[in-house]
Amino acid sequence: MTATRTAAKRKSDPAPQGDAALNLEMLRSMLLQRRFEERCAEAYALGKIGGFCHLYIGQEAVSTGTMSMLRPDDYVITTYRDHGPALARGMTPRSVMAELFGRQDGCSRGKGGSMHLFDANTNFLGGHGIVGGHVPLATGVGFAIKYRGGDQVMVCFMGESVVNTGAFHEALNMAGLWKLPCVFIIENNRYGMGTALERASAIHDIYERGAAYNMPRNQCDGQDVFAVRQAVGEAVERARKEQIPTLLEIRTYRFMGHSMSDAVSGTYRPKSELEEQMKRDPITLLRTHMQEAGQLTDEQLQKLDEELKAIVQDSWDFAEASPELPVEDFAEASPELPVEALYEDVYADTTT
Amino acid sequence: MPVITYRDALGAAIREEMQRDDRVFLMGEEVAVYQGAYKVSKGFLQEFGEMRVVDTPITELGFAGVGVGAAMVGLRPVIEFMTWNFALLALDQVVNAAAKMLYMSGGQYKIPIVFRGPNGAALQLSAQHSQAWESWLAHIPGLKVIAPGTPYDAKGLLKSAIRDDNPVCFLEGEMLYNTKGEVPDEEYLIPLGKADLKRQGEHCSIITHGKMVLVAMQAADQLAKEGINIDVVDLRTIRPMDVEAIGESVRKTNRAVVLEEGWEICGVGAQVVDYIQRDCFDYLDAPVIRVHQADTPMPYAKGLERAAKPDLPKAIAAVRKVMYLD
Repeated sequence: MTATRTAAKRKSDPAPQGDAALNLEMLRSMLLQRRFEERCAEAYALGKIGGFCHLYIGQEAVSTGTMSMLRPDDYVITTYRDHGPALARGMTPRSVMAELFGRQDGCSRGKGGSMHLFDANTNFLGGHGIVGGHVPLATGVGFAIKYRGGDQVMVCFMGESVVNTGAFHEALNMAGLWKLPCVFIIENNRYGMGTALERASAIHDIYERGAAYNMPRNQCDGQDVFAVRQAVGEAVERARKEQIPTLLEIRTYRFMGHSMSDAVSGTYRPKSELEEQMKRDPITLLRTHMQEAGQLTDEQLQKLDEELKAIVQDSWDFAEASPELPVEDFAEASPELPVEALYEDVYADTTT
Repeated sequence: MPVITYRDALGAAIREEMQRDDRVFLMGEEVAVYQGAYKVSKGFLQEFGEMRVVDTPITELGFAGVGVGAAMVGLRPVIEFMTWNFALLALDQVVNAAAKMLYMSGGQYKIPIVFRGPNGAALQLSAQHSQAWESWLAHIPGLKVIAPGTPYDAKGLLKSAIRDDNPVCFLEGEMLYNTKGEVPDEEYLIPLGKADLKRQGEHCSIITHGKMVLVAMQAADQLAKEGINIDVVDLRTIRPMDVEAIGESVRKTNRAVVLEEGWEICGVGAQVVDYIQRDCFDYLDAPVIRVHQADTPMPYAKGLERAAKPDLPKAIAAVRKVMYLD
């Protein structure tokens, strides 16, 4: 397709890089995700966050670059590695941290946890826990947009391991067949848990899978937020104006383990690879660009960092102060009392 | 009152709901151009157009998920599985997406969707096409599970299912599509979760649902000739189950047979028996007996298939046994 292999050309396009206010906003978004998740790791070690917890550190340019090209009424859906996309979409650090702490004020009222962040206010349709399972949902949202004659866009994030599932194939086939306004974004961070892409997929340029669905396809550098903006921008435009879906492979890297139970480098990737990749930290790249362009002073950066750390601390304090879901209290105080929160929202009780 | 087929009752229910609410659409394999694999949607494409009557590729997991996604953002899909046998491929979407979305989103995303299609065995379709899935589906909190046995119930329950804000699994019967019954012209709804006492009797209860309702009624007819009067409790909804109706009947008759199409182990009948032992322990004059499919995959050969399926002679034998007549 014509849209492929244009990354080199884009590098020379200064247009999206000159906007100092936008760059600062993006730096802020990316750094917020980073500082937030550093504290998540700490909270996990302290036992304040439980269960599975998958950090996004290293991939922040993908979420921020993508969200910067969307309208508030567009839709976003993603996998269980969802803290970064949730924050980049505009969900409050408070509501996300409270969810991770399993509290009533969490975005999913403590029912979802790390893997299931939802927010109807920002059309954030969730973190989903079954690899590939959410991709058909994205096609369904695209179908609904078309059904209603709207011009919204559905953006679906997924890891690169998703492309090997049947759900991916079925969903993209229908999106291509019916020409739905979807942008399918593969966040190719190289490893499906501990299995390298080359050990899992018969082809390695996985955006080419789009060929099977007659779908425009492209790949870009996921550590460069400008490249992400460019590629996502093209895809969003195509979806919004022409109702044509795109498969976009954004090549990024995860600086942490697959989950909190996974060592940072592990047995499946050499430490040297990790160190090499960390030289292309997306936040450092943007920061350096801004500093070189005279858009950011050291003082401004430090101030921004302090401010974001305070916001994250506030989210932590808020989460800790938020009431726990009252299961144990109820059980101890009066065993016969129904544990209301437990049984809430199993069924919607209204009919139309 | 007009007499129509179960198939036409289902079609009328969907048509009326599509006329009433433009968020309702029908999607599945062969629902549009082919006019429905079982002709439930005959004439729909012409009436509603291709945006609301949508043929899909053969991709159960995919289009089940498409339905859930569309429901998340405000549409009200009716997803037709050509048979529930094929829906096994879609269970991740039914269970992990549809059933849990409201809960794991803290109440933010309801999923008003109906998954429907024929369930259970027809005739000589052998192992992979002859399965009754209601116990699997009813196991899942967040789902409602419906299995109507008559045209009247099929229409009233399907209309309610389409209006319900929860995911509803609607299990029809291939062998029921041509059966006929009275269905009024004027609109009516049947609430989900309510059983129907299809026949009153004081000697023994038969608790059943779906296709087996006909068998239970035939058994009751036949046993009446011997002076044995059967209370036929048609559950209609498997989840939520009408526990009161079961208890009321068993406390009256003191004996019960639970009749279902599916397999024995962890079947719907096991749950019914649990409710009976819990609520009617002191009322029972005999152990409850279950009638169900043999504990094997469904065989092809006619005689073997007959041996595997629950049927009229087996239902009658169970009643006689529970009444200590044999």
